[in-house]
Amino acid sequence: MSISISYAECSARERLNRLVDPATFHEWLPPAQRVMSPHLAQLGVPCAFDDGVVIGRANLAGEPVFVAAQEGAFMGGGVGEVHGAKLVGWMRRALRDRPAAVLLLAESGGVRLHEANAGLIAVSEVMRALLDVRAAGIPVIVLIGGANGCFGGMGIVARCADHVVMSDSGRLAMSGPEVIEATHGVEEFDARDRALVWRTTGGKHRYLSGDCDVLIDDDMQAFRAAAIAGLTRASAISLGSLEAEHRLLADRLRNAPEGADAIALWQQFGVADAAQVPDLDAAAVRALRVV
Amino acid sequence: MQWQVLTGQLFGAAHDVKADGDFLHGTAQLDGAAITVVGSTNHAPVGVAMALQQARVVLDTLALHPGRAILLLVDTQGQQLRRRDELLGINRAMAHLGCCVDLARRQGHRVIGLVYDQALSGGFITSGLIADACYALPEAEIRVMRIPAMARVTKISEARLADLSRDNPVFAPGVQNYVAMGGVRAVWTGDLQDCLRQALRDAPREDERAHDGALRGGRRLAQAVAERVLAA
Repeated sequence: MSISISYAECSARERLNRLVDPATFHEWLPPAQRVMSPHLAQLGVPCAFDDGVVIGRANLAGEPVFVAAQEGAFMGGGVGEVHGAKLVGWMRRALRDRPAAVLLLAESGGVRLHEANAGLIAVSEVMRALLDVRAAGIPVIVLIGGANGCFGGMGIVARCADHVVMSDSGRLAMSGPEVIEATHGVEEFDARDRALVWRTTGGKHRYLSGDCDVLIDDDMQAFRAAAIAGLTRASAISLGSLEAEHRLLADRLRNAPEGADAIALWQQFGVADAAQVPDLDAAAVRALRVV
Repeated sequence: MQWQVLTGQLFGAAHDVKADGDFLHGTAQLDGAAITVVGSTNHAPVGVAMALQQARVVLDTLALHPGRAILLLVDTQGQQLRRRDELLGINRAMAHLGCCVDLARRQGHRVIGLVYDQALSGGFITSGLIADACYALPEAEIRVMRIPAMARVTKISEARLADLSRDNPVFAPGVQNYVAMGGVRAVWTGDLQDCLRQALRDAPREDERAHDGALRGGRRLAQAVAERVLAA
């Protein structure tokens, strides 16, 4: 029996190497090429030789796939000009080379504020490139389980994918709790209340509300198995699929209880023993989904 | 510019655009063709409800009026910063809006974004920035975050950021910087109706923003790096 390895504790490169078939990962624009941010140096902020994102190709269960991973330890995975351009080029290459799937290991606070304007446009370019890949019939799978979560523009990008995999320690949302607290006060969102933060943005909540497709433990093998299962989950965007999505979101908004209490919302979804959810493991939560 | 003045300059009396709260929607006529108009006013925050209202208009246009052009009027303070919106999946609702606009483009609808007042951050990614092309009025304000907040998050002093934003388009708010970086295709001045007419005719269907950013000197690396990935 192999020892469980935490996905959250691995670096971006370690995640990629453990996710795909052994010794099949080939990186494009690796650190040795030093494709770096021109803007950080100007601010006197340390740079990374890969600008915080690793891109390349590999095999997954024998299938040729494109893989990319954002490095949360560098600027929280924030998207700057070069970081975003690497992802855009990687997806344009997918349109040309037609891999079986495109897998993005997202870990990001969203736009890298140090490159604010360029980062915002870059995130928008990533979103459009991702939708081009989907429109070409190549499934896009997003995996979320890093300590920094998947926020801001990347939280939007993740929800543009065919298939979203999360661990129970992963987070997926728009604004970080600190930003909401800073804007509307600690009564609105206490960013230091970890249980509240995870009830609002964490993997279990996203799974129970259908915002992610798969919920797994924080374990590399579980991520690999979920990635392999995701290879067949292509789903074209059509007027019909968007109408279905619209109904789901409109019903959720209409039926949601007053306030912002996750447990009340799960009860409204029909989850049994909703109050117990925070104490359950991923397998137990998987058995509860009704949405 | 007030939206009523703007729609008047764009369409004269040939429109029924109205505001339901901060939500703008309606239909206008230009050169004998109908245009769907959708957007927001009063620097509206974009929450789940606003994203769904706008998506509904786009979906109805797709279903009932194939090919009809869509004009997105942008005036937003960014995403709604509330815990309830996060709980209800604001990122999913905004992605849904973006996917609706994207499908409209793919099905041949011309989609034009116009920042007529203020555009911030998340509220902009799924509106103007996902159109075929985004334009702005000269007095519009586009930014990711205000300098004091940016200083808090980045731990770089306000004075230093203010200094940088004078000559560095990467930081400075303002329309001209977004033009230099390719995020805004052009600033509309003079006859706005003619600007719209020209945009509907000329807006690119592919994403040319990195190319424009390199050409205009505001974003020198994005296009080159993407090309290097393709050549690697």
